[in-house]
Amino acid sequence: MRLLEHQAKRLLTEFGLVFSDAVVATTASEAAAAAEKIGGPVVVKAQVPFGGRGKAGAVRFAQDPSEAGAHASALLGRELRGELVVSVTVEPKISFKREFYVGVAWDTASKLPIALLSDAGGIDIESVGRIVRRNFDPWRGLDAFAGREMASALEVRGKIMVQLGEMLGRLSSAFLKMDALTVEINPLVETMDGILLGLDSHLELDDDALVRHQPMLGRIGEKRSGNAVGRAPTALEIEAQRIDAMDHRGVAGRVVEFDGDLGLLIGGGGASLTVFDAIRRHQGRPANYCEVGGNPTEEKVAALTSLILAKPGVRHLAVIMNVVNNTRADVMAKGVITGIKRVGRKPAEVLRVFRIPGSWEGEARDLLSVEGVVALGRDVSLDEAARLAVERSRRNAD
Amino acid sequence: MLIKPEDRVVVQGITGREATAMVEDSLAYGSRVVSGVTPGKGGETVRGVPVFDTVAEAVAASGATVSVIAVPAPAVLDAALESIANGIRLCLIMTERVPRLDTARLLAAARSRNCRVIGPNTLGLIRPGVAKLGTIGGRADNVRRSFMPGRVAILSRSGGMTTEIASFLTGHGVGQSIAIGVGGDPIVGSNFRDLIELVEQDPSTDAVVLYGEPGGTAEEELAGFLMAHPSRLRINAFLSGRFVDDMPGTRFGHAAVIVEGSRGSVRGKRQALQEAGVFVADRFDDILEGLSK
Repeated sequence: MRLLEHQAKRLLTEFGLVFSDAVVATTASEAAAAAEKIGGPVVVKAQVPFGGRGKAGAVRFAQDPSEAGAHASALLGRELRGELVVSVTVEPKISFKREFYVGVAWDTASKLPIALLSDAGGIDIESVGRIVRRNFDPWRGLDAFAGREMASALEVRGKIMVQLGEMLGRLSSAFLKMDALTVEINPLVETMDGILLGLDSHLELDDDALVRHQPMLGRIGEKRSGNAVGRAPTALEIEAQRIDAMDHRGVAGRVVEFDGDLGLLIGGGGASLTVFDAIRRHQGRPANYCEVGGNPTEEKVAALTSLILAKPGVRHLAVIMNVVNNTRADVMAKGVITGIKRVGRKPAEVLRVFRIPGSWEGEARDLLSVEGVVALGRDVSLDEAARLAVERSRRNAD
Repeated sequence: MLIKPEDRVVVQGITGREATAMVEDSLAYGSRVVSGVTPGKGGETVRGVPVFDTVAEAVAASGATVSVIAVPAPAVLDAALESIANGIRLCLIMTERVPRLDTARLLAAARSRNCRVIGPNTLGLIRPGVAKLGTIGGRADNVRRSFMPGRVAILSRSGGMTTEIASFLTGHGVGQSIAIGVGGDPIVGSNFRDLIELVEQDPSTDAVVLYGEPGGTAEEELAGFLMAHPSRLRINAFLSGRFVDDMPGTRFGHAAVIVEGSRGSVRGKRQALQEAGVFVADRFDDILEGLSK
């Protein structure tokens, strides 16, 4: 889960990290009042959970309260890259001597957390600055001396070297304690008075660990349980999530909407990617991507089938899975048949392909045969099943 | 390779619904599941297998050296540490949605005690005709239809695709020496690069079929390793999720870019593997290319 900048800063403050004072505003007049109180030039930032906000026009500078109010009014209620702006922050514009980048992330190659420090803060640090990296133990955290060594490797000296070392230690400890996937402060600036101050921050938490951080999420008013794609979910995607949450058994609802006429119920995880690629290669027009797996109940499958078919313009359905391990082909077949009938259609008229070989495939074949549908077996490959789905949809286009 | 016919297996979380089915299927296939552990349920049996309260008791009573972990996600770290502390040498973690920190912590502990970890988030592994660990292949009759002994190793990031690939190879008369679902998470105990060394040394294997997906760096790390250590094996790869490269995704911060660079896209993985001498199949059906019966 990606947090908003002000939420990230609030949580990191609890670990002793220091940021510029920002006021959260949800109306233009609140923003103007905040600028008035701060006095002098301010920065107005839209609170949206993605990086590169500067380039997206989400960060604006104002000389006085009325300009700050105007910026806030332009940003609030607007959609930036599919994210609705519901709040902005107003903070003093800080002059600084130099900027740094500090971050902690997971290094999948070493399977360890990795602390990162660069002497170029800002937007293009991975191409401009020198970067120091250091893996650390996931039980012990980053040793204090290791933080100082990182700073010293960039030839930072004096008080700032000591402060940077401390900051890296605190950030690493925050990373571990919050179950973060990524945390960064960028830019981290040395002010004219010689102190380190964070100006912006990114924090992404591990969705699989949110359950043990409910009090922390409560403190920042966060009720989401995680999010996925780089745009707001569509109504169909939200409904699919609801169906998936009906029952803990199996996955039947990771759905992404597209605009074709061929509804897809595909799985498991790997096979759904394989089949979707194959449908596209054979010039099919998918109505959705979808992932089914594990051991979903008949009702879950039925609800998802109806949802996909109820979408305007969806005229065909293909149900394709890999040779299943723990999924029951007969339960899938029952669910699909029920779901099709529930929207007032007949299996033989919409179900172009049903291919779920493996456990209980014989029972599935019999159930479908009663409905006039011939189930495909494992001798038809995933690729061939996708090709047939496209070809049969085209043949039945009118 | 990884599991021998005589290896004894303890199942942690054995009294769960799916674990019980897994034990039944494994026994029917010939795996030596000799004990189970569920704290508080010591003294019960599951499909004839004695249940203990602790791994220590299970190991003492049954001589298990391999564990399969099927406990809920919040309990995985502790279960794995318990395995590691009791001298288990191969620990397969089936559970999905394990917090990444827990995975990293249990792997750090496993490294210090020389325990090999497969997973988390894996359906398991199988040596056809010898034994299977986990739910891979499902019911024993389905396992026998999908997998047959032979000389091709399957290494796959998807459990479902492991069985699909095996079934496809079997249908074309190509048997398998081993098939391993490495686990679907970004950090797993044994990834392609870790496992290729084992396969390389296995005289019963001539070729490898790899299944890769978008995200993570497992394919690129393998490619880098193969560039430095050319393999005697014929390696065929199939990469799914090409459409994901074309979907809008927004990077969040710089850390991922600094750590992973341009790695992660299917296009990049494909190129890296090809440069390392791996045959990358365009269509799924092409994975047979160059594999002998």
